[in-house]
Amino acid sequence: MTSTVVVTGIGAVTPLGNTAQETWQAALAGTSGAHTLDNDWAEKYELPVDFAATVDPAVVDDRLKKVEAKRLDPASRLALISAREAWEDAGTPEVDPERLAVSWATGIGGVWTLLDAWNTLQEEGTRRVMPLTVPMLMPNAPAAAIGMDLKARAVVQTVVSACASSTESVGHALEMIRSGKADVVVAGGAESAVHPITLSAFSSMRALSRRTDSPETASRPFDVDRDGFVMGEGGAALVLESEEHARARGAQIYAKVAGWGTSNDAYHITAGEPEGAGSIRAMRDALESAGVSPADVKHINGHATSTPVGDIPESIAVNRLLGDAVDEARFSATKSMTGHLLGGAGALEALFTVKAIKERLAPPTINIQTVDPEVNLNIVRDTPAQLPEGDIAAITNSFGFGGHNAVVAFTS
Amino acid sequence: MAYSEADVLAGLAEIVNEETGLETDQVEAGKSFTDDLDIDSISMMTIVVNAEKKFGVKIPDDDVKDLVTVQDAVDYIVKAQQA
Repeated sequence: MTSTVVVTGIGAVTPLGNTAQETWQAALAGTSGAHTLDNDWAEKYELPVDFAATVDPAVVDDRLKKVEAKRLDPASRLALISAREAWEDAGTPEVDPERLAVSWATGIGGVWTLLDAWNTLQEEGTRRVMPLTVPMLMPNAPAAAIGMDLKARAVVQTVVSACASSTESVGHALEMIRSGKADVVVAGGAESAVHPITLSAFSSMRALSRRTDSPETASRPFDVDRDGFVMGEGGAALVLESEEHARARGAQIYAKVAGWGTSNDAYHITAGEPEGAGSIRAMRDALESAGVSPADVKHINGHATSTPVGDIPESIAVNRLLGDAVDEARFSATKSMTGHLLGGAGALEALFTVKAIKERLAPPTINIQTVDPEVNLNIVRDTPAQLPEGDIAAITNSFGFGGHNAVVAFTS
Repeated sequence: MAYSEADVLAGLAEIVNEETGLETDQVEAGKSFTDDLDIDSISMMTIVVNAEKKFGVKIPDDDVKDLVTVQDAVDYIVKAQQA
């Protein structure tokens, strides 16, 4: 018999707020986290895109010890902050360390640590390159930091699949519990890669919005005038637990993690397959694994990054999946507010989906003036939408460079 | 300008504090980095690199193992400044 898996805790540190609750409230209010960067490097390099959605830097000093922060790359800091919040929210479960796992994700890893070390090497020589450089920059560093902090000894794993990373990590967490490897898993993802290199590179690719005069309205998924995504950063964590374990300790339950699906387009390194063939397989697998039908899906948190080519295949795939039921599924594109957290995006959107089910409120999509005529979705615009009572299912989609598609299905 | 022995001790204490969070007044001359201050080899290397930078000296890796106590490090740095 496979376990039913539930979400018992959430945590987030995002451009919208320093906790999950702050983030959720700001999302319901339709807040944008994007702003013009005031870092000296933004001006120094005359970046063509000088805005992003960033986390309040004070949160690191507030929530981590100085020595802790010093030994962690910025991505690991946000990971640890969000994971600790989720753990507390779950009621700091009593669990055998050998039954506790971490399933974490990052898209890029410790880019700040790597490039700071490179600067040190060039300016001051090899001797000044800090000995902790490699353990700080490695992509599994955030997972390891959480694992050591919570004493998770079942398995501590990292998924790296670009913007699909932390949707996959939630899926893997579900598998860990279903397979009997763990009773409790801290799942999520974090990214802190708002750096002149990444901004320059994504700009060169023409992937970023160039609305430098209006950062807060730049991310506008499905709008006819969308012109690219907005870089974001942050961390989001969910505590997944077997229902049996959660009930035995009287834990709060947000929603069930009912199933997940993953696939690959094997089509192009950055572009999704134009008809959404890979993403539809991932969505179908997620629903099948959850034991729900397309008609049960009342809410979708889309990948929807606001790029001209990226948004259309998702609409096509969702229509093929749901058919006439597409109107019944309220579609939220929360990257319109949060920007794109890359390896943290999937976990944050999973968190939003879980909250949407729990509170029966789908968060809004902001900044759409005119919906692209090629898009046929029941988009929640500007203000939150009520979701129906009764048994409902919701999915969150993520698609990443490398052709990765990942979908997690939640039920009430 | 050379740092006095007292300056070096105070500077080292700050570096140790920065790396480990130990209060500076706990970084006493007679204490062992490993046994008393619980500093592991990676932290020790970070402290050495920061000390080299702060005091403008070179501490070759082969010499680091001889720096058992805080006083050993102070003596080494004071001497290295004169070299």
